[in-house]
Amino acid sequence: MTEAGTRRSRRLAVVGWGAFGVLLLVVLWEAYKFLAPADGVLIGETRVLPRTTDLAMPHVWEMLGRLAEPVTRSPSAQPLWLVIALAALTTLGIAAAGWLVGVVVGIGLALVMQRWRLAEWGLLPWIVLSQTVPLIAFAPIVKSWGSRVEIGSFEWQDWMSVALIASYLAFFPIAIGALKGLQSPDRIHEELMQTYAAGYWSTLAKLRFPAAVPYLLPALRLGAANAVVGAVVAEVSTGLQGGIGRLLIQFAGQASGDPAKAWGPIFGAVVLGLVAAGSVALLGVILKNYRRTEEAA
Amino acid sequence: MSAPENAAAPETLSAPAVETVAAVEVAAVDKVFETRGGLVHALEGIDLTVAAGEFVSLIGPSGCGKSTLMRLVADLDAPSAGTITVFGKTPARARLDQEYGIAFQQAGLLPWRTVAANVALPLELHGATSADRKAKVAELLEMVGLADFADRYPDQLSGGMQQRVAIARSLAEQPRLLLMDEPFGALDEMTREKMQSDLVRISAETGAAVVFVTHSIPEAVFLSDRVVVMSPRPGRIREIVPMRFAGAGTAADDAGAAGPGATGGADTAARARRTEGLREDRSFFDMVTAVREALHGAPVAPGARGVETR
Repeated sequence: MTEAGTRRSRRLAVVGWGAFGVLLLVVLWEAYKFLAPADGVLIGETRVLPRTTDLAMPHVWEMLGRLAEPVTRSPSAQPLWLVIALAALTTLGIAAAGWLVGVVVGIGLALVMQRWRLAEWGLLPWIVLSQTVPLIAFAPIVKSWGSRVEIGSFEWQDWMSVALIASYLAFFPIAIGALKGLQSPDRIHEELMQTYAAGYWSTLAKLRFPAAVPYLLPALRLGAANAVVGAVVAEVSTGLQGGIGRLLIQFAGQASGDPAKAWGPIFGAVVLGLVAAGSVALLGVILKNYRRTEEAA
Repeated sequence: MSAPENAAAPETLSAPAVETVAAVEVAAVDKVFETRGGLVHALEGIDLTVAAGEFVSLIGPSGCGKSTLMRLVADLDAPSAGTITVFGKTPARARLDQEYGIAFQQAGLLPWRTVAANVALPLELHGATSADRKAKVAELLEMVGLADFADRYPDQLSGGMQQRVAIARSLAEQPRLLLMDEPFGALDEMTREKMQSDLVRISAETGAAVVFVTHSIPEAVFLSDRVVVMSPRPGRIREIVPMRFAGAGTAADDAGAAGPGATGGADTAARARRTEGLREDRSFFDMVTAVREALHGAPVAPGARGVETR
């Protein structure tokens, strides 16, 4: 088989396995719904497996079919999928802003920690500690702080609070990954730069950043997924309108009358996370030469 | 291939004063490392002068400080006592002025850069224009025989080719001094001999002085004008053995001229005459024996270890 042929068949296999995984999930869902008792499985008073009623677990086709129907019965209502897609786009935009802030802050912290060993000792524990603070706890605080910010004609918007909270989750893996990457060059390479009388900045540009790419790419992808999670959670806890977090709450409230509808935003959030992580994966394709290692063929 | 010669030419023509300045001058140098186990005397009382254009090898068992000495010259470490000058400057100044090129045991190429971009790295860092870089890189790759591999990446090359790229890179700034720390140590014997011949040719073409760290006796003998034999713990110079060869395959008249006191020009001329034939010459084996005796500190019984010289 030719090399191109092998590559194509490998890509087909990847797609095939992906589709198989989704199908398996659907089969498990429907099989459980079909086989398990309607009231779920109880041990004593405790329910260890969920109910299988249409209210708790709608059929897969019902959930998908619901996406094509209008949101409400009003004649001017848009289809559910469109509403979800628009909300997801809004959230994606906020998450992207949060991700960018996280990238700047994360790489900035990594640079400081790489440059001064003392800063690493002083900062790293706090960075780790910062992630143990529950997001729900400080989301309202950030919102109320934000509402008091007013600099000249600049006025703090509610979505900025959400983006800030998203960045709080996003910066962590980026800071850790970037630090590891910036510290990754071999001693021989560092000494080589020294013999070239290269200063800090040129060593950074020609050696440290390129060497950090293999560490940065997964960190950026993790950061993107975290930014989405952070944005959705922050939308819920600050009550921001227009995003998918709001829809999750709103449609969940209508679940008793329209159980399939509540699953729409969940699918939307999943697709959102995939899109966010996937766009960062594109970066990896562009930077693929930086992922080479120096080994003889 | 003409440019390195052109670069070396003004140096020999312009000022005899330049010629009298030694490439490296090491005087009463000690180097002590502080380790958890206490003080380690890596070098003690080292005196060594390397003339401009001269090829000097440092040889000795592991731990004799030969690499440390080279690192001191390169300003990658500072001596604990004594002074070092490189072309009359402090090592730090010489490093900033890019007076030397360096190559290590590992090629140390940047894996994300092509062969050409790796060789261009020092030029890029020192602000050469893109046109200059391109011309210089093409010429250097030609010199090391890798012109066809300019666009490859390091992981697509064999170990010997990677090392040749590293040597081309060390020559990029046309240094008057080359520091090489066991550059062929990781290569197989055949590649190694080929690289040695290439290095003889290249150093003759560029007229650069070379300080070459090795633990192979035949390698030191084949390449050097003088072989510095060192002993370990503490690292000292045990003996400096000048290489004298009777007519190495070609003219017989260069034997005396290749001595330590000879000028750079004579050295390079003598070096250019080192051919593959020398490896089988009687005087080559005599020199191998001389270096071995210096290493072991006593005459070695004839034939006792003869096989190893090959």
